[in-house]
Amino acid sequence: MTAIAIEAPRPKSRFLLDRPELVGPLFIAPAILYIFVLVALPFFLALYYSVSAFTIFDPNYQFVGLNNFIDVIDSNIFRRTLINTFIFTIGAQIIGLLLGKFAAMLLMQEFPGRGIARALVVLPWAVPVSLATLAWLWMFDSLYSVINWTFVALGLMDPAHRWQWLGQQDLAMIAVTVVHAWRLFPFGVVIFIAGFTSVPKDILDAATVDGAGFWRRNYQIILPIIAPIIVIALIFGTVFTFTDLSVVYLLTKGGPINGTHVLGSLAFQVGILSGDVAHGAAICLFLFPFLLVAVVFLLRVLRRREI
Amino acid sequence: MAAVAVNEIRKTFGGVNAVNGISLEARDGEFMVLLGPSGCGKTTLLRIIAGLEKPTSGQVLIDGQVVNELPPRGRGIAMVFQSYGLYPHLTVWKNIAFPLRTQGTATDEIKRKVEWAARLLGIDHLAQRRPRELSGGERQRVALARALVRDPTVFLLDEPLSNLDAKLRASARSELKQFQRTVRTATIYVTHDQVEAMGMGDRIAVIDHGKLRQVGTPSEIYEHPADEFVATFLGTPPMNLIEREGGSMGFRPENFLPKELLNGAPVIELPFRVDRVEYLGSEHILYGELEGRAAKREVTAKLPAHATLNGISPGAWHAFAVRETELRYFDPEGRRTQRP
Repeated sequence: MTAIAIEAPRPKSRFLLDRPELVGPLFIAPAILYIFVLVALPFFLALYYSVSAFTIFDPNYQFVGLNNFIDVIDSNIFRRTLINTFIFTIGAQIIGLLLGKFAAMLLMQEFPGRGIARALVVLPWAVPVSLATLAWLWMFDSLYSVINWTFVALGLMDPAHRWQWLGQQDLAMIAVTVVHAWRLFPFGVVIFIAGFTSVPKDILDAATVDGAGFWRRNYQIILPIIAPIIVIALIFGTVFTFTDLSVVYLLTKGGPINGTHVLGSLAFQVGILSGDVAHGAAICLFLFPFLLVAVVFLLRVLRRREI
Repeated sequence: MAAVAVNEIRKTFGGVNAVNGISLEARDGEFMVLLGPSGCGKTTLLRIIAGLEKPTSGQVLIDGQVVNELPPRGRGIAMVFQSYGLYPHLTVWKNIAFPLRTQGTATDEIKRKVEWAARLLGIDHLAQRRPRELSGGERQRVALARALVRDPTVFLLDEPLSNLDAKLRASARSELKQFQRTVRTATIYVTHDQVEAMGMGDRIAVIDHGKLRQVGTPSEIYEHPADEFVATFLGTPPMNLIEREGGSMGFRPENFLPKELLNGAPVIELPFRVDRVEYLGSEHILYGELEGRAAKREVTAKLPAHATLNGISPGAWHAFAVRETELRYFDPEGRRTQRP
């Protein structure tokens, strides 16, 4: 008996890792640290700059209230940029997801070479955006544009008045939106293929037996069932596009005459390139309320729709 | 008249014959069960009748019309799937109304029919629920109601009870049979469960490896199996098969009894060495060997629990026997023959 009593309080340290209340915080700490250092800190720093008169030439903190925001709203360039941002975001979502759905439906069919086709579709994702944009830059070139060349060859365009894709504001806006939609497209395809595959075969068969044709099956059965997945894709795509500046910056640098700026590229130009950190931060934070409202709204829709 | 008939149906999937020349018909109002092990082609046959698969060759006739070229919705069929295939985003009411809406039925007619079907199946109080808020049994009734509103010539049911737990399955079985008696619509019911087949079917079609082995009433199938496959597929434990000159001889475990219980009738005596005894509440199952007879598998005897096990002990030889009328004979290919 004594022997047992002595052996009982053996070191428990080797079971420490079995205790979730110790291990849990340990495992989650890196994530929290990451969010704090790389998300929360820059965000509050931006908040701080946006109500100051901080520039790289005069790095002194001086509280100016909402003056930066008022300045920004007063600017014609900013208002144009705000409109551009919405056109860019909504346009790219619609084009990217619609084409994504269309391509996903095609790629769900059995045909020889389907595996290769699926791999090719994902390519825009795998190519670095700078390289891909370079190719687009060439396609939109004023002299060598293959797009114009095709239109001319088809007799749809007057060779004397070729379109200046990146030289006219409206055409340039279409160009950046299309290129961004092209970047979103693989994401749309993957999301829709995942959605289509998740619909149980019994449900599709039941719909067929119940007399639903192609359109009814697609829009009254499949689409509502995969709606939650699409909403997630929409949230992701919207946030991704709203905050993205790479396509605009690489393709037009915001030109011509600041006509294609989006909030991200304008903030970069004002805050980093021109050194006016305070106004740059104000432009940046303009995104925040929009995104917050959009995300909360979409997540609510999602919760209500949950099946 | 035949509500449904299939004629020499074949279906090949990548070189494999899933259905290998089956001809069969179900009469008006008949409850026909397609019974067979997993992968025997019974579900494929059902899907061919439904129009969800195209046969490689052969004809499908519904109500006397060849329907090979008609889509499922033009065939006058309604189908209930294994996992029911309810539309998860629609309420029960809208699920049942869906096939009517696709036909462009008038709104008040839809309302009348949905209410009628829901009441018949006792699910009218669930009308505004979604499928995920229903129990397995309730889902199955919704699927039945959805099939019912179409006024089909034939119901096609693909293992509709397999997702229910064992207790519910027993009651669902009798309800389903009752339901079919009420609506009197020809029904083709696919299952691998012999209890469902025996309990519900007016006739059973036993299928194996894409071929039809036997069609008949449950008692014909059980009492007079057409071949060794049918004999051993039905019955728990299955029919005992022992070798004899020029084929084999079979008898059901419940007919294999201690000799003293079989007084009077002409019998064949088979000394039986009991290896072990299973007590199942209502009966005893005895496992063992026969003296001087090669059996295709372990020989079993089934004794009612009230029959005395007096003197029967594992390891010892006992005088068992079968009535001659209960013996079945098969030729070397496994087909039934009349006499030895």
